[in-house]
Amino acid sequence: MGFSIDDSRPIYMQIAERIENDIIQGQLPEESQVPSTNQFASFYLINPATAAKGVNLLVDQEILYKKRGIGMFVASGSRMKLMEKRREQFFEQYIVTMVREAEKLGITAEELTDMIRRGDKS
Amino acid sequence: MSTVIEVKGLTKTYGKVAAVQDVSFSIESNKIYGLLGRNGAGKTTLMHLITAQQFASSGDLQVFGEHPYENNRVLSQCCFIKESQKYPDSYRIIDLLEISSSFFPNWDRDYAYSLIELFRLPLTQKIKKLSRGMLSSVGIVVGLASRAPLTMFDEPYLGLDAVSRGLFYEQLLEDYGKYPRTIILSTHLIDEVSQMLEHVMVIDNGKLIIDEDADELRGLAFTVVGSTTSVESFVVGRNVIDRKPLGGLMSATIMTRLSVRDQQQANTLGLELSSISLQQLIIHMTNGRIEGKVAIHE
Repeated sequence: MGFSIDDSRPIYMQIAERIENDIIQGQLPEESQVPSTNQFASFYLINPATAAKGVNLLVDQEILYKKRGIGMFVASGSRMKLMEKRREQFFEQYIVTMVREAEKLGITAEELTDMIRRGDKS
Repeated sequence: MSTVIEVKGLTKTYGKVAAVQDVSFSIESNKIYGLLGRNGAGKTTLMHLITAQQFASSGDLQVFGEHPYENNRVLSQCCFIKESQKYPDSYRIIDLLEISSSFFPNWDRDYAYSLIELFRLPLTQKIKKLSRGMLSSVGIVVGLASRAPLTMFDEPYLGLDAVSRGLFYEQLLEDYGKYPRTIILSTHLIDEVSQMLEHVMVIDNGKLIIDEDADELRGLAFTVVGSTTSVESFVVGRNVIDRKPLGGLMSATIMTRLSVRDQQQANTLGLELSSISLQQLIIHMTNGRIEGKVAIHE
């Protein structure tokens, strides 16, 4: 956490993504408790209802679940599930765009793989 | 969710000038609303009507299900912090706090005094001797500690420094989280408050032009920049709300949600895309170049 919220997309989506990132990076381990919507609201200075909408989005996707009277928790197996989802997005967002740009610049597939290897080392 | 304010066809004219013109909306309980618009748009008049400090020329107005005029059941539940609130000359801050406790049924004395310390206000100082910023802080203290079911702040931060504005936002969200209530923030400092709002109402020339969930407005428009010919071919058939030429370059703002396809098309054309803030969006909508109510849903 610690990034600021911007106006480029609905805030509830940005909150859901923050939580997803924290789960993927292990800052929010499975079965651990997620901050309350009021805590999110105070931290990011956003409307608590908007924070709740972001949290509920992940409840609908069974990434988080509610323990009555206690709060929201990270579901078991959600880290794998999110990694899966992000891998698909990775292809769409980065690979397709990269290949297209490479074609434009006349970079061959071999040159591209070579560049990726070099990028890995730097 | 219950309705706190219900307004139908509300109009207020001063002579030939319509300050509020055929406005209809409803305000639901326990949400934070932003009432936004340019100076003289009609924001303050609207709040005066809601709190029965002015009479409407025509139209229907219900607050907590009743007519607000001389109605203590309604008015005791409202707290309206005005931009230029006047206090009796002899009043000190402490006198104002003590009298407020008899006005507002939910008044929290301890909270009021803790806010006084937080905003570093001199309790025994006469209010008329306070600086503009301190006067604004006093209004904020009263507005927050009133815990009124309907609390309205009209430009609450005139003369307030950035630290105090930050304190106000923090306190507002924290106390609202503990004691949910309906809050209306009227302001033209849109960027500073926009992310705290659940719902946005924009009033322009006395007319309500936007009445929308705040998150629905985010990412609703974006700007493309590039060579004039590329931009022109990109914007064909789209709702362009602003165009700015710069030599052979052009910047166009388009009202639509950005899709992956749009992004790819922009990439192919060599165009740069950037999102616009809620404040910029509202500026585009209220700069007089667009007529009538803005269609947000296609």
